[in-house]
Amino acid sequence: MSAKPYGILAEFDSPAAILAAAEKVRDAGYSRWDVFTPFPIHGMDKVMGLKNSLVGWVALAGGAFMFLNIVGLIWFANAFDYPLIVGGKPMFSVPMTFVPAYIMMIMGGAGGALIGMLAFNELPRFHHPLFNSERFALVSRDKFSLLIGSTDPKFSETETRKLLESIGGAHIEIIED
Amino acid sequence: MAESSVILEELKKLAPPAELRRAPVIENNRGLGALTDQLSKFAEGKIPRWWWILFIPSAFCATVIFPAALIYQVSVGVGVWGNNQPVAWGLDIVSFIWWVGVAHAGTLISALLFLTRQHWRTTIGRAAEAMTVFSVMMAGLYPAIHVGRAWFDWFMFPIPNSNGNWPQFRSPLMWDVFAVNTYLVVSMLFFFMGMIPDFAVMRDRATTRPRKFILSLVAMGWTGSARHWHHYEKAYVVLCGLCTLLVFTVSSIVGLDFCTSQLAGWHATIFPLYFVIGAVFCGFGMMLVLLIPLRKWCGLENVITMSHMDKVAKLTLVSGLIIAYIYAMEFFIAWYSGDPYERWVFGHRLFGHTYWVMGWILIVVNVCVTQLLWFKKIRANLTALFIIGILINCGMWTERFVIVVGSLYQDFLPANWGKYIPTIWDIALYIGSLGAFFMMYLLFVKFLPFIAISEVKGATPQGNPHLPAGGAKGAKP
Repeated sequence: MSAKPYGILAEFDSPAAILAAAEKVRDAGYSRWDVFTPFPIHGMDKVMGLKNSLVGWVALAGGAFMFLNIVGLIWFANAFDYPLIVGGKPMFSVPMTFVPAYIMMIMGGAGGALIGMLAFNELPRFHHPLFNSERFALVSRDKFSLLIGSTDPKFSETETRKLLESIGGAHIEIIED
Repeated sequence: MAESSVILEELKKLAPPAELRRAPVIENNRGLGALTDQLSKFAEGKIPRWWWILFIPSAFCATVIFPAALIYQVSVGVGVWGNNQPVAWGLDIVSFIWWVGVAHAGTLISALLFLTRQHWRTTIGRAAEAMTVFSVMMAGLYPAIHVGRAWFDWFMFPIPNSNGNWPQFRSPLMWDVFAVNTYLVVSMLFFFMGMIPDFAVMRDRATTRPRKFILSLVAMGWTGSARHWHHYEKAYVVLCGLCTLLVFTVSSIVGLDFCTSQLAGWHATIFPLYFVIGAVFCGFGMMLVLLIPLRKWCGLENVITMSHMDKVAKLTLVSGLIIAYIYAMEFFIAWYSGDPYERWVFGHRLFGHTYWVMGWILIVVNVCVTQLLWFKKIRANLTALFIIGILINCGMWTERFVIVVGSLYQDFLPANWGKYIPTIWDIALYIGSLGAFFMMYLLFVKFLPFIAISEVKGATPQGNPHLPAGGAKGAKP
């Protein structure tokens, strides 16, 4: 057990309550905090000031990579390495590559989206300090939790606890790292 | 409080009349906790008897008939099927198109309806995605063995090899390889990503150690952090967009296999659209067949409600009407083109010999029976919907038979004419693939989150932070 805890966790009962609590924590000047909910809460991104996720760009990069690769592959295979005359058409033309390249773009984009999502979320991760908390298992059910991390410059075990109490948090507990 | 009740009164006045209001996503809603219990109960409980009764015959087909048909065909050759000149594409290709078709409605429900923000899709989306994944698996198998020498399947992929042979990328058959493989991979990614938060739900509820261990592995440490949800939602919407493209691409490419040939009955520009709509229509039929018993047996009648069934039936009707239009167009263009071969083929679809019955089944089932779905009474009658679902599946299977065999058996030269009679091995393979599909589907229903738990919770009034049910004090107008 380390000297410094991971953070303080408080539990709320409804999506509206966690949204209001998040607003208050943000207004109190905290910067390193997070909420844990069974499903995405509408409006939470705005409260937390989360910018547009970059996952879309990873997907675009994956898709573009695959598209260009397949165009290149078709040129290499049918026009360069083993030139193949089909129906007297040119060895290579852009339209002939479109369908396979487009299909593989979809595969690249989908792979990019999944890999991007996992990478940004630092998943898979098989241990998390929050899993030590027994109440935390309820977050996937019907509870909504808010964690203020100990790395926050304003973090103090007493003050932070008081804030969480004042905004209506229940079952406040210190999470050990 | 007084002020908020005034606002609520005003909101009630603005609300549309009862008959125009949207049906709730789930009925008998007793809150998020009770909903979680209900949705995960089936996967956690004891295996019910009906499951075994369905599973044992499916598993028999999948593990005895299916391998027997495959091994015999691969070791002896394609000659064990009824395929021969001129009908070189028989039941294997008919079943391939049928399975690809079944897959499409699943993607349409889970991806396209997500993009159009149809919240009712949350309860049936997962079941539809599973249908997609398993039927694409079945579909992909057919072309792989149809080539005859299955051990040369790797020729289809652009793999550098010492023979220096590369695929011919101008062929739609080659595009098919890419399309079906991409469809399989992307629908599996989509299926798996959607399940991560639900694996976390089941992990947190697990009571035994092995169960907790396995679910922890597949949930990958999902915590439900808002930051995670933020990236997750973005990835989800991107995947939905890509899957929607696939709905319109994969069957189009299968359609291109046919319409780029010169054969009368195949050489038509309407084919890509025809195959997409046919696929969706057939898949909705399969959705009705799967959902109607499952909602009852899994105790989910308040989650997959009558309103859901009504909507699936309406979508079936819409796609059925487009199919009817396409049939009419095909016959019209065959006549209008003035091409004697086209006219011959289409005339023989209904008034020829050997396969004319198939042509009429197609008209009666796909065009006429579908019209029953106009009636509210039929849409509210689950037995009727189930029977219509089965009929549509048979009808669409027949349609593919008519397209494939009906166009091949009489080509331009009467000297080439022939017949196609499926052999027992054709039929065994189809039965085996049906068994494998249902076996995998039953395993999915029992052991995986069959309903998207977190999505459904997000679509309930209790999950909306702006509604009184979600804890909002005085809803904002």
